[in-house]
Amino acid sequence: MSQYRILNSRAKRVDAADKATGRTQYINDLKRPGMLYAALLQSPVAHGRLHRVDTARAETLPGVAGVVTDDDAGDIKFGVSPARYDETVFAIDKVRYLGEEIVAVAAEDPETAFEAVSLIDYDIEELPAVLDMPTALSEGAPQLFDQYPGNVTAEVLQHFGDVEAARTQADRVYTDHLLNKMQDAAFLEPQGCIAEVDHHGNLTLWTSTQTPHYVQRTIAMVLGMPLGKVRVVKPMVGGGFGPKASASNLELAVCLLALKTGRPVKGIFSREQVFLRSRGRHQFLHHMTVGVKDDGTLVFLDHQACLDGGAYSSFGIATIYYAGSLLGGPYRLPNMRYHAVRVCTNKPACGAQRGHGGVIARALFESLLDRIAEDLAMDPIELRLKNVMSAGETTCNELNMSSLGMRECLEEVRARSNWRRRRDQLSEGQGLGVACGFFVSGAGYPIYRSRTWHCTAVVQLSEVGDTAIVRSASAEIGQGSDTVLAMIVAEELGIPLDHVRVQSGDTDYSVDLGAYSSRQTLMTGHAVRNAAIDVRRQVSEALAEIVGGPPERFEFRKGLVIPRDRGIDFSVIRRHFLQEHRGFTDHPTGQHLTFREAARLAFILRGSIIGKGEYKPFRLGGRYKGAAVGTSPAYGCSAQAIGVRVDAETGQVTLTDVTGAHDCGFAINRTQVEGQMQGSLLMGLGEACFEEVKFDDLGRVVNANLAEYKIPTALDVPNMTPIIVESDEPNGPYGAKEVGEGAIMPTIPAIMNAVYDATGIRFRELPLNPERVRMALKAQREHGAVSFASDELCKHIVALLSARRDQQSEE
Amino acid sequence: MNGREYEVAVSPKRTLAEFLRDDLGLTGVKLGCGEGECGACTVLLDGRPVTSCIVLALEAQGHEVLTVEGLADGSELHSLQRAFVKQGAIQCGFCTPGMILSAKALLDRNPDPSEDEIRQALAGNLCRCTGYQKIVEAVKLATSERGQE
Repeated sequence: MSQYRILNSRAKRVDAADKATGRTQYINDLKRPGMLYAALLQSPVAHGRLHRVDTARAETLPGVAGVVTDDDAGDIKFGVSPARYDETVFAIDKVRYLGEEIVAVAAEDPETAFEAVSLIDYDIEELPAVLDMPTALSEGAPQLFDQYPGNVTAEVLQHFGDVEAARTQADRVYTDHLLNKMQDAAFLEPQGCIAEVDHHGNLTLWTSTQTPHYVQRTIAMVLGMPLGKVRVVKPMVGGGFGPKASASNLELAVCLLALKTGRPVKGIFSREQVFLRSRGRHQFLHHMTVGVKDDGTLVFLDHQACLDGGAYSSFGIATIYYAGSLLGGPYRLPNMRYHAVRVCTNKPACGAQRGHGGVIARALFESLLDRIAEDLAMDPIELRLKNVMSAGETTCNELNMSSLGMRECLEEVRARSNWRRRRDQLSEGQGLGVACGFFVSGAGYPIYRSRTWHCTAVVQLSEVGDTAIVRSASAEIGQGSDTVLAMIVAEELGIPLDHVRVQSGDTDYSVDLGAYSSRQTLMTGHAVRNAAIDVRRQVSEALAEIVGGPPERFEFRKGLVIPRDRGIDFSVIRRHFLQEHRGFTDHPTGQHLTFREAARLAFILRGSIIGKGEYKPFRLGGRYKGAAVGTSPAYGCSAQAIGVRVDAETGQVTLTDVTGAHDCGFAINRTQVEGQMQGSLLMGLGEACFEEVKFDDLGRVVNANLAEYKIPTALDVPNMTPIIVESDEPNGPYGAKEVGEGAIMPTIPAIMNAVYDATGIRFRELPLNPERVRMALKAQREHGAVSFASDELCKHIVALLSARRDQQSEE
Repeated sequence: MNGREYEVAVSPKRTLAEFLRDDLGLTGVKLGCGEGECGACTVLLDGRPVTSCIVLALEAQGHEVLTVEGLADGSELHSLQRAFVKQGAIQCGFCTPGMILSAKALLDRNPDPSEDEIRQALAGNLCRCTGYQKIVEAVKLATSERGQE
């Protein structure tokens, strides 16, 4: 039996009933008295010089309350990483993508706001647009920024071990490449926010965000306000997956409008604007050479990559590092070299999305492992088992696997998918593929250089201890963090789950870096646990004052406070409680002291019982440039076996079955762990098989809607057999670590490997939509070989990268 | 409207979703796309699921409309709501009201649907969080509970 009463169970989510009844309020459900509505003027061209903006006609339209431009916003730059702050609230002098914000208007109703936008006069001198990676890197290409010569926003060159020496030790060497397409996170709830200012200049922003803390800091910085005068509150959020993890131009513009008009202002994105804001998955071109021994031992990885970042840096500096660093594990790989550039183009900016940076690199690497296994006549699971790391090992780029159930995941997947038997019994057009992956469980460092706590939290008892209120700025975005925190507090205080109320997502409550890099369970979990233990200590000490003995003698369970050693006489405590609560009906009874009585006593003796807790990781990782990205106190890992059927006529790839195992260290809530695994499958399947943000040659998104941008429906996603592996992470609360992002890592390569198994074709370009698959099958039938558009692109980019590297080593 | 008759004046341009949300305060009707693609604004019109963002409010005149707010009986959750909560079929919750209403329309006309029929009935309701598996399980659970009642 579990040592825990609530943890490791299938407790119902604390927010589920309100969501099921329509009570839950998301940003667009909120209203404030006297509220205005915002609309944005956004650039109609992808690249241009902004000469003149005249808002006079808009300002005089009846019903318009305020107009803000760069004159109001100023030119303070912001972004995600301070080293790459390159955005302003409104375009200044130049527009760099179709959709870039130029002016914001607030009016009495949305229709008037839109009409006012249409009355703004402006001159944009159109410039030639850069819409793809080879153009961005070509000589004489139009330049997006002065500060990014050659349109390169970031370049990484890392070398661990000695790849050149390792080449001579490898028996066999394999090279391949993979190109994906820009992906949209396609959360169901479009971004939106409401800003309001009080008489003293205190600004409150309610916003659909994953990171209230970063939004608060960005507002204070860009608008030049004291941090304490900015409060950011996150209502319930309808999904984030990464793109809601940084401050947006919309948020800043709406704050400016509220400051200027003195009235509350609401701004809500349309679905098209969600696509234009983007910040979703980058397009990556990965090129890898892997060397192995004849027995399958991995010897080296030489890796080159190019990322299409869109117009601004956003998370891009982290993305480019993650795309290299996350190949350090989960296999022993003594030598690894990585050279990558991230270019800017005149398209919406890309950022962080589930499996940040690592997903496509992982897909190519796992696809190469599949090819190596075939060439060595090894079972692909055997090849992986031969190379997997064990708990305690450190990768060549200094990531420590403090726990790692990778082997267990693979073995479970092999057993539960009937791997061996099925591989031999597949019929025509069917395939079975396997892959692994791992991901950070919370970024080891904040986005801005700081010694800050990553999380602080407070647990406060009601005056009679019938409720424990958790206060944290952590962000419930649908992943279930509020429930995880409530379960932790209920466990520590020994009280029922419905006696805990979580108030989260408010910068007035605490500092918490928010919901990104799969950090809430491990990091906020620690902070909240510490706060609950602090509450227990205060109650114990108060109780010990009255009944004697050391405070440590009390145990908190089943709603009771019970001394471990011998009985206590608590009749006075109970008598006082009953006297105070004449007329109440829920009196404590029984032969043990209840938590309520103990908490009441503590309140009487000490006032409000408030426990506090903090967490920040110990110093992690190496000291080389970029070492911070990829560090984490823990790593979750995953394996999946996926069956597919490929229709030779239509090229349709259908997933028939999925067996997935994830090592989450310890499952705080088993249902929620499975939910993350199944949701990851959906997003990976979408990216592998149909999702692609498409542009025309003017830089317009041509499928900026959920009809033409196809995300998986209930008919596309097969059932998964979810297997929870628990490796007891030493750095996690109760041994817990992430599941939100690690679980997506194997999906794309497992599908690719299954499609190879079914067709004999290794696709070097995604998505595997019917058109691409059908063309490849046709080429294979007619020519015996398949070429992809990515082949030429890859040759070209790799040559450019090699030239850059040579030039740099000369310098 | 959720069992109650309303006499209202409404602009001919107003969509049913705007009317329900802004005029009646039924914010369980969610807006995810405004183009009838995501299904978050699903309500039942005479028992049939419609995406209320592309239905005019006027089209509802004289018809029965059911939103998620009209589903529970006081504090007693509807069997589908109970099943969604129990099965872990809810994550961000933005698709949930529409999803539950599409499922109700299915169970009202087919009390014992196969998994394929459930998936067909929910195919117009997008969810980005759950992978649908626990949603399908919840509908099955509600089906069996209904059978017992």
